[in-house]
Parts: sequence; C-alpha cells; structure tokens
Amino acid sequence: MAQAFFGGVHPHDMKAATNEKAIEQLAPPAVVVIPMSMHFGAPCTPLVKAGDHVKVGQKIGEFHGLGAPIHASVSGTVKAVEPRPYSMGGNIMSVVIDNDFQDEVSEEVKAPADPNALSVEEMVEIVKNAGIVGMGGATFPTHVKITSGIGKVSTVIINGAECEPYITGDHRTMLERPEEIIGGAKFLAKMFGVDKVVIGVEDNKQNGIDAMNKVIAEQKAPVVVEPLRCRYPQGGEKQLCQAITGRQVPPGGLPADIGCAVFNINTTCAIYRALTTGMPVVRKIVTVSGSGVVEPKNLECPIGTPVTNLLDACGGLKDGTFKLIAGGPMMGMAQYTADIPVAKGTGAILAFCENEEKTVENPQCIRCGKCVSVCPMHLEPLFMYQYASKGMVEELNDAHIMDCMECGACSYICPARMHLTHMFKTGKQLVKDKAAADRAAAEAKKKAEEAKEAAAK
Amino acid sequence: MTDYKNLKLIATSSPHIRAAENTRTIMLDVIIAMMPALIWAIVKFGFRALILTAVSVIGCIVFEWGYRKIMKKPQSVNDLSAVVTGILLAFVCPVNMPYWMILVGDFFAIVVVKQLFGGIGKNFINPALAGRAALVASYAGTMSGAWADPQAGWVPVVGTADVVTAATPLAYMKSGDMAGLTSQYSVTDMFLGNIGGSLGEISALLLIVGGLYLIWRKVISWHTPVAYIATVAVLTFLFPKGGADNVQFMLYSIFSGGLMLGAFFMATDYTTSPVTKTGQLIFGVGCGLLTVFIRYFGSYPEGVCYSIMIMNLVVALIDKAVKPSRFGVVKSANKEAAAK
Repeated sequence: MAQAFFGGVHPHDMKAATNEKAIEQLAPPAVVVIPMSMHFGAPCTPLVKAGDHVKVGQKIGEFHGLGAPIHASVSGTVKAVEPRPYSMGGNIMSVVIDNDFQDEVSEEVKAPADPNALSVEEMVEIVKNAGIVGMGGATFPTHVKITSGIGKVSTVIINGAECEPYITGDHRTMLERPEEIIGGAKFLAKMFGVDKVVIGVEDNKQNGIDAMNKVIAEQKAPVVVEPLRCRYPQGGEKQLCQAITGRQVPPGGLPADIGCAVFNINTTCAIYRALTTGMPVVRKIVTVSGSGVVEPKNLECPIGTPVTNLLDACGGLKDGTFKLIAGGPMMGMAQYTADIPVAKGTGAILAFCENEEKTVENPQCIRCGKCVSVCPMHLEPLFMYQYASKGMVEELNDAHIMDCMECGACSYICPARMHLTHMFKTGKQLVKDKAAADRAAAEAKKKAEEAKEAAAK
Repeated sequence: MTDYKNLKLIATSSPHIRAAENTRTIMLDVIIAMMPALIWAIVKFGFRALILTAVSVIGCIVFEWGYRKIMKKPQSVNDLSAVVTGILLAFVCPVNMPYWMILVGDFFAIVVVKQLFGGIGKNFINPALAGRAALVASYAGTMSGAWADPQAGWVPVVGTADVVTAATPLAYMKSGDMAGLTSQYSVTDMFLGNIGGSLGEISALLLIVGGLYLIWRKVISWHTPVAYIATVAVLTFLFPKGGADNVQFMLYSIFSGGLMLGAFFMATDYTTSPVTKTGQLIFGVGCGLLTVFIRYFGSYPEGVCYSIMIMNLVVALIDKAVKPSRFGVVKSANKEAAAK
C-alpha cells in the first residue's frame, strides 16, 4: 500500500454522516448566480446582458489567458450582470439567471460523433471549451494542465484520496458512476499517450475501490486503483505524487516536473461527459454536512445554485450555527454570509454549531514540535510563526515559507491552538510584498542610473 | 426555515477543526505518568512524600498565579504546567528535607526560571531542575548529604532529626566501592526501587512504566530517552569503574540516580528540548555523555540534573543546525548546496 509521505495528521473523517447517502438531485433552483471567476486565473468577461435568453450549456463567460470558459447551467432569462458575493471572498461580477424550468439545451452542446476517433488536439479543444477546471478545489484549468504536461508526463494519477473530513462527493461518485471515472481515465491515458492510469484512493473507501475495480475488470481498462493510507493531506497533489511514485515535486515546481499529472475524480468525470455528450461543466456534486446541518446529504445541483437552496434541502441550519465553510474543514474558506452560489470548486458546504474550533484565549507555543513532525512539506511551523509575527522576511525566506501549502496540519495538531496557518498566509504575503518592493527598487535604481548616464552623455 | 440573513457567522482562517489534545491534556498525561512513582514513594517513605509533593505543587501554583496577577498577565495556571513542575521538583529532592525549603525551590523554578522569561514555552532551562540546582547550591548539606533509607521504615511526617540515612548507590559507585554497593543493594533492588535517593527517582521500573505511557499517548517520542539511556548504558558498559563486571556496572548505572526520571520526564520537556527528531537524538546522546562524565570525573556523584541543564542551553544551537530536509530537494543536491 502506498503511503510514503512524511508527516500528516489523522483527523476523525466524519464521513459516516453522508457516505451511505446516494447523490440526490436538488430541485431546480428558481435563480442561479454564476460567478465569472471559478478558476485559477483572470476572471471571465460576461458574454450576455440583462434580458438575454440563455440555454443550458450556452457559453456566457469567455476567458483570457489562463482560465476556462463559463456556461449557463439552467435555461432562462438573464436577470442581471452584477457583482455578487462568492465563496472565495468579496464580490465578483456574476450572471444572474431566472430559471424558466424548461431545461432547453443549447445548440452549442454537440456530442462528438465518435469519441474514440478524436485526435489528441480535438480532445484538448473539447476539454477547453467545456470549461473544465480542477474540481477538487484548486480550480486550475484542466486543458492547460494537459497541454503543458503532454510529452513530460509518464504517470497520470486520478486523485480519489478525498482526505478532507466530511466530504463524500468523490466517494459516492466512485460507487454510483464508476464507468464515468474509468471512461475519463481512458481518455486521459490516450491524451497523455501513457499505457496506465493510477487512481489513488484512501483505504477508508474500500467499497469505492471495489466498484471501480469491477468496471476496470469488465472493460479491461488500463487503469490501476492504488489504495492509500488514510492520512491528511493524502489528497494534496504533491503528497499524492510522492505516495504513488516516491518522487518529490521540487520547491516551486509542478507535478509535471517529476513526470506526473493529477486529476480529481470529478474532473475526470467532467472530461468523460464533455467527450461523450458534449456537455460542459454545468453541474456540481456538493456534500452538505457538519454539526450545524439538520440532515447532511450529497446533492447534485446546477452551478450557481444559491447555497441557501442546498441548506434548505438538508432541513436548514441548527440554532447556534457559527460557521459556514465552502470546502473542507481543513482548507475550506469560512463565509461571512450564506448568500453565495455553488461554484466549480465548491465540493462541500459545511456548517458548524459545536466546539469544532476549540479556540483558546491567549495561545502560547510550548515548543512541543508536533507541528514539525506533521508538516508534509518538511517545514518548521513554530519558527516560521515567530518570524512571521515579527515581520522577519529574510528569515521567512530561509525557512522556505513559500513551500507551505497551507494544508492546516500544523494548526490542527497544535495543542496550544496557535493560529499557525493563518500566520503563514500573512507571512507569505509579506515575502511577496518584499519581493515586489525589491523589484520596484531595482528598476527605479536602474532607471535613475540610465538617466544619469544619459545626462552624462 | 432558517433565517439565513441573520446568521452570526465567524469568518476565521482555516483549518476549522482542531485535535482534541491540548496543553492541559498533555500536562495531565504527564501527571498521570508520574503517579506510579509517587505512590511508590509513599509506600517506601511514608506520607511525608505525599505531603512534600503536595506542598511543592501548591507552592508552584501560588507562585505562578501570584506572579501573573501582580504583573497583570493572563492567568495560565489552568494549563497544569505548574503542577508538573511542582511534582517534578519534589521528585528530585530528598524526602527528609524541611517543607519550607522546597518552597524556595518552587519560587526559583516558577518565578525566576519560568515566568521572568515569559512563562510557559519561553524558559530556556527546565524549571524543576533549575529549582533543584538552586537548592543544592543553597542547602548543600540537606540536598545531597543525608538520604533517608527506605529499608529502615517510613520517614516521620513531622521532624526529621532521627531519620535513618544511607549512602545512595551513586555514592558507592563514585568511590568505586562496588563490593559495598552489591552487598547493600542488589540489581533487583535498584530496578524495583528499594534504594535510597530522591523522592521520586528510586524505582526505575515505575518510571519506565510512566515513560512508556507517555510514549503510547504520543506525548513524548522515544528519541530523547532512548538516546540518553543507551549512551549511558554503552559508556558504562565499556568503561566500568572499580574493576566491576561490565554488565553489572552498566545495570547499576542506568537504574540509579534518577536517570530514568531524567530521561523520560526531564530531558523530554518540550520547551527545553529540540523540536526535530534528529535534534532530539543529538540532545539525548549529549545528555548521556555529560551524565557519565560528571559521574566519573565531576565532584558530584550524580550528573543527570546538570547534564540536562547544560544540554538545555545548547538546544537553540541544535535547532539551528538540524533542519528537516527540504521537500523536493534530493539529498545530494542538499549537500551540493551546503558545499557552495
């Protein structure tokens, strides 16, 4: 069993609340709010205006540079194009669509005649136009990952670790739609020209592993399911590569640097759907769970569905809910309002009403070193905390703070309840600011010298 | 249905869940781990052992509470670290010392060593050991002269004038009198704790039990104690004193003088030991070397206390020198970078 990465923590997985509940289709929402930024990169430009009629799968947002297009998830009339709150914080330009409940499919959605006859270029083009991004939460545009990886990648990995507690969307997908996963994996194998795809799954999802193995055997697919030890952050891209290949991604590098490409389970399914039906990313499986949710569920809904619709479908929130999180409990973002829509990277909505945070007043580091022994990136969080809190940029750099991926393992384990991860987010910003200031100063100096030389001439 | 507009949401940074373990539960585990040795002390020395420990604990709590009250700092008594210090200090003192004397040690440990440097996590030497060192320096006669003999019955709760005292095993070993030692105490006596010595250090067995509990509970890792005890064992095996048998001398050495107490409970103190596992191995070996050197060449018969304190002082250097290998950088590349 692959398990070789250093450190990590083992929080209670809390998956029992939803891992036996089939994915339910949410009743169609009356209105959807589709943010124009659901990917890593610059926001999309809206292609529609208030009053326009749109159909399911119609492109409503075009990307520039790094990004992926955005499509209407319901048919209906555009009510407004205006900034709305979204799960990554602040407000973002969003297309608000009034659902006409007709589910008219756009003419733009065309299934390829024979998916198996497509060339690699054609497949990548379809993936690009389908607006597929990393659905695990990182939302990196998938077509960019594929094009930049072709030729370099020898190991294609499907990430089914789902190591964040509470979330069960990928697990349910393995049980209910294993053909989509295996089908997508076969397309990925073809695109990268590899003869084997590895699906990494944490061993707390044995029935999911069995379901996929059954399909693999039936189809004689070039896919291997690799059970992984249950350990957070097993699903971190770098940790997964390390567990499966034994290689470490160099600092500041990408998995492609060590010949790996990693795709989430639901990204793989989206690739399969795009290549077989032509349907772009318009729906998302969301786990709604946590102590504050009356009846936790796995729900599938159109992208842009207001989170409140999901919560209502789960019986609403309990009194005393103090935290609403978009994403998992380890890396998800706490929301200041429930007025947010489901985006491409929203794998879970969690609500807490108990003492999950266990905050203390006046936390004091006791130098126990547990943060050092759990850091999967081999850092020393306790020292980084001191440097960051004193603004010591040079020391932060020497401590390799930029290697930190903010997985939260150190904060989770800290018996003194120090706010380590939070401090590193601040610290990384300090380092970036300093680097920017240094660059600006160097340029100003260069300009001044040039001016001086010009004057001397 | 839920009124979503009026939710009182807290938007803090991730992660949003925390492990159950906290500073208080860790300190509680340490206290639990010391209970077998404390109970043994009561069995061997009588209720004076319990009262002395209680006085020390109360002293530590009062000094910590009082200092933070006077200095208008947030209270930290609830984390139980002062209780641990109180018990540990009592463990390294002779049971027949006057009650008031241990309060002097408590004051030094809590106020001077711990609080003046900023409280929990900030002291650079182990408070309990520093408290003991202060007492040894101030009251040498009481602290290292007359050890109550547990084989002669309980020590009276009040008045210690007629306490039967005996030489400790280390005193025999210091003078190289192995014949005297073996006739007075057998290896089994040493292991079980039928010997003279400080209140909580006499039973190697029960301290090992407590240490294993801490390792099982993941409060401490095996690195420091194993490196420490193994170093002492190897050195004493190779260089026995007084013409003694190698194995015999080694066993007497590792079961005496609070080595187990030091290795499992003192050297593993979070604040004053390195944070990396490699650093902890180095720290343990250093403690072992110094312990043997002090026992062989120093003027004191016992070296555990001072060896740990000396190693406490170099923890900052160890932490600077020993860093985890950077993720994604292969070892050879690391070496090349270091060579440049």
